[in-house]
Amino acid sequence: MSENMIELNAVTHAYRTKSGPLPVLDAFDLQVPENSFCAVVGPSGCGKSTLTRLVSGLMKPDVGDVWLHGAKVTSPRPTVGMAFQNPVLLEWRTILQNIMLPLEIVKSPMTKAQAHDRAMSLLDLVGLAGFENKRPSELSGGMRQRASLCRSIIHKPDVLILDEPFGALDAFTREDLWCTMHDLRRAEPFTCLLITHDLRESVFLADQVVVMSGRPARSQYVLDVDIPGVRTLEDLYTPQAAEMLATLRHQIQVAQGRVPEEQENGPQEGAV
Amino acid sequence: MNDTFRKFFAPTIFIVVLLALWEFAVWWNQLPDFRMASPSDLVPRYIQFWDLFLIKSWETLWRTVVGLCIAVIVGTLFGMIMGFSRFAREGLYPILVGFNAIPKATVVPIVALMFVGDHNFNTILIAFMISFFPIAVSVSIGLSTLEPEYRDILRSLGATNTTIFWKIALPKTLPEFFGALKVAVTLAFIGTNLMEIVSPHGRGLGDLFDSGRISADYPLMFAVLFAMAALGIILFYIVVFLERIFAGWAERTPGN
Repeated sequence: MSENMIELNAVTHAYRTKSGPLPVLDAFDLQVPENSFCAVVGPSGCGKSTLTRLVSGLMKPDVGDVWLHGAKVTSPRPTVGMAFQNPVLLEWRTILQNIMLPLEIVKSPMTKAQAHDRAMSLLDLVGLAGFENKRPSELSGGMRQRASLCRSIIHKPDVLILDEPFGALDAFTREDLWCTMHDLRRAEPFTCLLITHDLRESVFLADQVVVMSGRPARSQYVLDVDIPGVRTLEDLYTPQAAEMLATLRHQIQVAQGRVPEEQENGPQEGAV
Repeated sequence: MNDTFRKFFAPTIFIVVLLALWEFAVWWNQLPDFRMASPSDLVPRYIQFWDLFLIKSWETLWRTVVGLCIAVIVGTLFGMIMGFSRFAREGLYPILVGFNAIPKATVVPIVALMFVGDHNFNTILIAFMISFFPIAVSVSIGLSTLEPEYRDILRSLGATNTTIFWKIALPKTLPEFFGALKVAVTLAFIGTNLMEIVSPHGRGLGDLFDSGRISADYPLMFAVLFAMAALGIILFYIVVFLERIFAGWAERTPGN
């Protein structure tokens, strides 16, 4: 119906809890064009993870609908890849077997040999060549997350959903992985939806950054990141990047319900 | 110190030292063998009754193993039911706990009466009853504490619950399962011997123990205890061996 790969139209969702319904999303809109990268930031507990579960089809929204590639999402679909903050590698499998896991579920046109070659080249691309026969317990946190990324795209998904995959890593490993993300997308383009708390991460990786308001969340602000060409970490230290970060930071504070104009860091509680 | 040395020589050294201390303590206190037999008293009994020891050990062993196998099957089934259904878990737990709380020594005479004459069946039944509880509990805990992300990884690809069970839930529960099996193997062994001693019917090491008791042959009783310990150790290490094959990935090498 449109060239948007991911589209959410006025999605409203609430969790049923003992103390009544807890609204999470309120008429939430989102448009992510094909092969573009969308980062979603927002205050904690604002429903960012709910968003990933709705897009991946693990949950159905109460109101409104979610479209993937022009088709309404009603259940999980094999054209989606997911990676979480916890790399959830299966400890009883080798790294290679872990990466091949989605191909055991999803029907793929690839032959066994092709799949194996693809896994090996992905490992090579993320810098894990030579680790294919290791167990996850023998790898560092950053390496596990790299393996998890390989697994999430082994079956050539149209859409990759990343739920804070770099959140638990140290700053340098994180920056390494950001560059790895760019490498992966240059090698084969796919649409990406990233949930993050890191504003620098969102600006460095994304084509558009969506700021969610506090719960129940709406799409409060959309920032178009216009850094042409191949991005390097140096691009984060330009006046243009500084301005974008300042804008995002201001928007987050608004989303948190703090008074934005005079007291930027004031602890005053506003309406949530 | 290398690994082989530690694994084989360390236990040997400890056992020899223990036996020597025991021998010394009996000799030092000048205890007669009807109060405390010393290791050296046992050797003549093993030589005298070696064929009986072999036959009775085999009878005890196979019935323990059969009881344990049934406990594994039934325990795993109960564990799966309780692991996947909260309703079943809430409902079954008090019953299982109550069942487990009954001292099996009191069940032995009842079972012996209910299935009078079926000695093998009775013994296997007690071995099963005493050992299935830890297996059921650990499997249910293993399954019910599976992190949601593990499920989501496969569910987001459209996997069925059966696939998730075979590919993730089952292998992930194996370390807990083997932990419980190590407890269960000893319990099953106790169950078998309990039946053999409390309700003797001329089979198993328990019967040999009872013969020793009736004829006031204390060294024989001690010799039977040693044979039981040896069987228990063998069974335990068979489980350890299986664990290494099926859940060896869960074992971390030191320093990792």
